[in-house]
Amino acid sequence: MSFEETIERYRTVIDDVAFPTVKEWKSKNPHGKVLGTFPVYSPHELAHAAGVLPVGVYGAGGKIEIDHADSRIQSFVCSIARSTLELGLRDLLNEFDALWFPSICDVARNLSGVWQSNFPQQKVEYIHFPQNMTSAAAPHFYRTELQRLLGTLESLSGKRVPPETLNNSITLYNRNRELTQQLYRIKSMTPWLLSTYEAYVILRVGTLMPVEEHSQLLERVVPEIQQRSRKSRDYVRVLIEGTFCEQPPLELLQVVEEAGCYVVDDDLLLHTRWFEDPVPVNGDPLLSLAQSYLHRSRYSSVRHYGPKPRAEQLINKVRSNNVDGVIFCAPKFCEPALLDYVLLKNELEKQGISYLTFEYEEKMGVFESIRTQVETFVESVMFFS
Amino acid sequence: MSEDKFKFQGVGREYQKQLLNAWYERQQSAHDDGRKVAYLFVPGNIAEFLRVFDFELVFPEINALQCGVRKTSGDLILKAEDVGYSSDVCGYVKNDIGMMLAGNIGPSGHTLPKPDLLLCTYCGCTTFIKWFEALSHYYNVPLVMLDIPYLRGETIDDVDRQYVVDQLKELAGVCERITGKKFDHDKLVEITRNSAEAEDLWVQILHSAKHKPSPFDSYFEAVFFMAPIYALRGLPECTQYYREAMKEIQERIDHGVGPIPEEKFRVVIEGPPPWPHFRAFWELLKKWGVCAVASSYSKVGGYWDHGFRHDPSNPLESIADYCLTCYTNLNLPMRTDLLRQYAEEYDADAIVIHSVKSCRSFSVGQADMREQFIRKWDIPTLLIESDLADPRYFQVAQLRNRIDAFFESLEHKRLVHA
Repeated sequence: MSFEETIERYRTVIDDVAFPTVKEWKSKNPHGKVLGTFPVYSPHELAHAAGVLPVGVYGAGGKIEIDHADSRIQSFVCSIARSTLELGLRDLLNEFDALWFPSICDVARNLSGVWQSNFPQQKVEYIHFPQNMTSAAAPHFYRTELQRLLGTLESLSGKRVPPETLNNSITLYNRNRELTQQLYRIKSMTPWLLSTYEAYVILRVGTLMPVEEHSQLLERVVPEIQQRSRKSRDYVRVLIEGTFCEQPPLELLQVVEEAGCYVVDDDLLLHTRWFEDPVPVNGDPLLSLAQSYLHRSRYSSVRHYGPKPRAEQLINKVRSNNVDGVIFCAPKFCEPALLDYVLLKNELEKQGISYLTFEYEEKMGVFESIRTQVETFVESVMFFS
Repeated sequence: MSEDKFKFQGVGREYQKQLLNAWYERQQSAHDDGRKVAYLFVPGNIAEFLRVFDFELVFPEINALQCGVRKTSGDLILKAEDVGYSSDVCGYVKNDIGMMLAGNIGPSGHTLPKPDLLLCTYCGCTTFIKWFEALSHYYNVPLVMLDIPYLRGETIDDVDRQYVVDQLKELAGVCERITGKKFDHDKLVEITRNSAEAEDLWVQILHSAKHKPSPFDSYFEAVFFMAPIYALRGLPECTQYYREAMKEIQERIDHGVGPIPEEKFRVVIEGPPPWPHFRAFWELLKKWGVCAVASSYSKVGGYWDHGFRHDPSNPLESIADYCLTCYTNLNLPMRTDLLRQYAEEYDADAIVIHSVKSCRSFSVGQADMREQFIRKWDIPTLLIESDLADPRYFQVAQLRNRIDAFFESLEHKRLVHA
C-alpha cells in the first residue's frame, strides 16, 4: 500500500464515529476492557500496563447532529464537549468500559459529572493534575493520583500491575513519542515531504489502536515519507496554535496548506508528544510519570506554566522552527485558548512576528473566507515582512 | 414595617456598606502605610493565613461584581475586548483587565493597590489560573499557586488535605520574604477563632430561612450579608457584623415578617446573580412573591451550613478543608445533591437555576441538573440564562416570559391540588 493509500484508508477510520478499531480489538479480546480519554492528555501508560486499551475520545468532529446533548449542555459551550456527550447519548460509546476526563478546563471537569449521572454503567474518573509546578509536595500528590487511577484500572481488568510492567509500558510509549517527534522533525525540516493533514491522520489513528501497532505503523511510514520525491515550494513557514483539545475540521488544515503555508509545528493532538523528553525508566514508574508531568510537559494552555511563561515558550518555538508567522486557530468558546491568545499575540507584536487569528467549530462547513484570510496573510508575510 | 416596632431593620445592608468602604480605604492607603497587598480569589480563600502576615486583601472578583452592580462593567468589558479578549470569555476577567487598563480605579472610586503577592487560589475554577497568569504578566509580579484538588469522591481525601497543608507551609516562607514578618502560629489560632465565631452566626442567619415566612432572602439579601464573611473573615469587625445582622434577622422572626410583603413561593437558587441587572432580576421574582430560602451562590466562597468551621486547634488542616469544600470545588453530583437537600430542608417549592455564560465552572452541567431535579425528584425547576458581568446578555423580556410562565404553572398546580 502506498503512503497516500495508507492515509486515505486511515482517514475513513478516523471519520467513523462508530470506533471500528475499538470494535475490532474487542472482537479479538472478548474480555478486554477499553478506556476512553478526553483530551488533552492522560497517562495512557497506566491503561496499557493493566491490559486495558486506551482510546482517545475527541468528539464527533461534525459527523453527527447535536440533538440530545442540547438538553444537557448549553449552547455557549465548545463543540467537543457537546458532541462527545451526543456520542454517549446515541450509544456510540457503549464499547467503552471507563472514561477519563482530565483537569484541562471547567467544561471537561463538569462533563465528567454529567457523565456520571447519565452513564452509571461506565467507570468515570476525573484526574486532578497538579497545577503547582514548584511545590515539593506536588510529585507525591500526583503520584498518589496516578496510583488511584491505576487501582481503578486494575479492578477493571482484574490484573495487578507490578512496577516492571508499568516500566515496560512507559518504554513503549516513549518509543511512540520518539517516532511522533520524527514526523514533526520531517514537518519542520522538509515540510514539503509531509503535509499536516497527512501527519494528522497518521497520528490520530494512533489514538484508536494499541501503541505497539501504531509504533509499527510509524516505523513503516517514516522511511516512506523520507523517500518521497516532492519539490519544495515557495510557501511561508507557520505555526498553528490553539488546537490542543477540540480538533479542527481536517478541511481547515488542508485549506491553510493550500493557501500557501507549511505548518512546521502545531499543537494538534498534543497528547501524542506531551513530553519534551522521554519519561525516565528507572525506579518508581509512578513517580517518574509524576515528575515528568511536572517538569517535562510541553507548554499548553491547559496547564499552569510554572516558572516558564507560555509566551516565552511560544517565542522559542517560533525561533527554533524558523517560523515566518503564527496562526492562532482556537475553537469557539475555548476559554483556555482564547484567554491565552491575548498575552501570546502581544508578545508576537513586541517581537515583530506576524500572526493571523480565526476560530473554528466542529460543524464548520465553509472554509472560503478562511482561505482568503490565509492567502492575504501569506502575501503580507511574503512581501512585507 | 413601622418605626417603633423595628429597631434593627436595614442594619445588615448599612453596616456592611460601611465596612466595605473602610476596607477600600485601607486598600488604597496600604502601600503608603507600609502594608503589603495580596490578591486572591473568593472561593476557598485563605484570609486567616494571610492575615497572620498583615496582608491587605484584594479580591478581583469582588471588584468585578461591584462594577457590575454600579453598571460600569459593560464599558470595562469593552476595553478588554478592544485589546483582544474574546466576547466568549469570562466577563469578570475582562472587567478586571479593563479596569486595570483604565487606571485601576476600583468600583468605589478608590485607587486599587498593585499586588505584592498574586496568590492563585485554584479552587474549582480553571479560569482563575488564566486570570492571574494575565495579571502576573501585566503587573510583572510572579504568580504563586495554591493548588486545591477538586473533590473526586464525596469526602476529603487525606492526601489532598496534606498536599494543601504542605503548600501552605511553603507559602509561609513566601509570605515571610514578602512582608518581613514571621509566621506566628498563635496569631493564626486567634484569627481562626474569630472566623469560627463569625461562621456560627452566619449559619444562624442562613438557617433562619427555614422559618415560614422566611425572614431572610438567601440569595438577593445574602449577597450583601455574605460580603464580610468572605472579604473580612478573621477580623473582629466581621464577627461584630454578624452579631448586629443577626439582630435584624431575629427581629424579623419575632414579628413574622420577611423580605417581601407576602411569601408565596419558596425557592432554592443556583448560580451567580446578573450583577448589572440585579434589581431587575429580583423584581421579576418578587412580583410572584418568591423568596429564596437557600442558594448555592452564598456558599461560593465557603460552605458552613452542614457543619464545617475553621478550627483554632487545627488551623492549617481546617483551612485546607475549607478550601477543599467550598461550593465551587464540589463535584457536579455533590452540587446536585446539595441543592436537592436544600429543597427538602428549607421546604422549597422549586429550584431556579440562573445560568451565566461567563462562568462555565458554574453553568456546564446545570441543564443536566435540571433534568435530574425534574425526573428523579419531581422538583419543579426553572433554568434561565444571562450573565454575571456582561449586561449585553440580560434579555429582560425573555426572562420575564420564562419566569412568569413558570410561576403561573406552579400557581395553577397549587390551585388544582388545593
